[in-house]
Amino acid sequence: MSVDAHAEHGVKAHASHDAHDTSDAHSHGSLRSYLTGFGLSVILTAIPFWLVMTGALGNSTATALTIMAFAVVQIVVHMVFFLHMNTRSENGWIMMALIFTLVMVVITLIGSLWVMYHLNLNMMPMHDMSQMP
Amino acid sequence: MTAINETTATPVFYLAEEHEHAEGGSTMLGFWIYLMSDCLIFAVLFATYGVLGGNYAAGPSPRDLFDLPLVAVNTSMLLLSSITYGFAMLTMERGRIGATQGWLAVTALFGLAFVGIELFEFAHMIHQGATPQRSAFLSSFFALVGTHGLHVTFGLIWMVTLMAQVARHGLIQANRRRLMCLSMFWHFLDVIWIGVFTFVYLMGMLR
Repeated sequence: MSVDAHAEHGVKAHASHDAHDTSDAHSHGSLRSYLTGFGLSVILTAIPFWLVMTGALGNSTATALTIMAFAVVQIVVHMVFFLHMNTRSENGWIMMALIFTLVMVVITLIGSLWVMYHLNLNMMPMHDMSQMP
Repeated sequence: MTAINETTATPVFYLAEEHEHAEGGSTMLGFWIYLMSDCLIFAVLFATYGVLGGNYAAGPSPRDLFDLPLVAVNTSMLLLSSITYGFAMLTMERGRIGATQGWLAVTALFGLAFVGIELFEFAHMIHQGATPQRSAFLSSFFALVGTHGLHVTFGLIWMVTLMAQVARHGLIQANRRRLMCLSMFWHFLDVIWIGVFTFVYLMGMLR
């Protein structure tokens, strides 16, 4: 009885491994997903270059914000269509590692820029230095 | 299952037997964690550039140095190499060795063109006196863009190595796994380049 159960368990384990292998093979993506990703990223690259080279928006702050938005969208497109990111691969650990890294990246970038910007402001020569404490 | 019922008196809180792992089963997750650590390196370099990028020390500014059409050509080289690597992965799945090698070679050529254009750009800048020593802006620029270029260079060496491996051993399971890792590395470098051309080149021209 227990030998049978063990053998059955072994077969199940093997079957689940096979299923795992095939699911991995599917995560490589299809020709259509690669071409969709490529088409989208060409458009998402061309528009920011065109905006900056022609100065179509006129206002440089508006242009900067627009191209940053395009960059974020393009990064997501690359993650989905080229790196085949999803919430299921490796039991979600890929996504967990990504989210953790993004948190670290945001803290590093925003923290550095914020602190150093204020440091720069405070190091500016004042108009009336005699009033300084 | 039955074992647990028999030994209810002494509960077991851990797996007595390690269940079997397929060879290389954890490689993808491990390699992804490496890529994430690489992402942190680039985050630090981006932060450095963000802080120092405006300190020209009375030297050349991005407007004087950057040539946007050249950067656009460079970007398209990397983008094209990404899609051709995707084609290499698709032909690898079908087990066609010749086609896989062909697409890998095309990818390597686009990568080589990218590195070549970048080196040409660097040489042009250094010739104009815009060396890394000139200002904090140029130090952080060369550190960030140079690190990305080095990654692409090592990716190219890796790609040639894998082409030799595939030529020698064919598309065996180990080689497929290695090609998957390089695929992730290559697409990851393309993602980093999106940040570089947006924040360094395009926003540099807006300053």
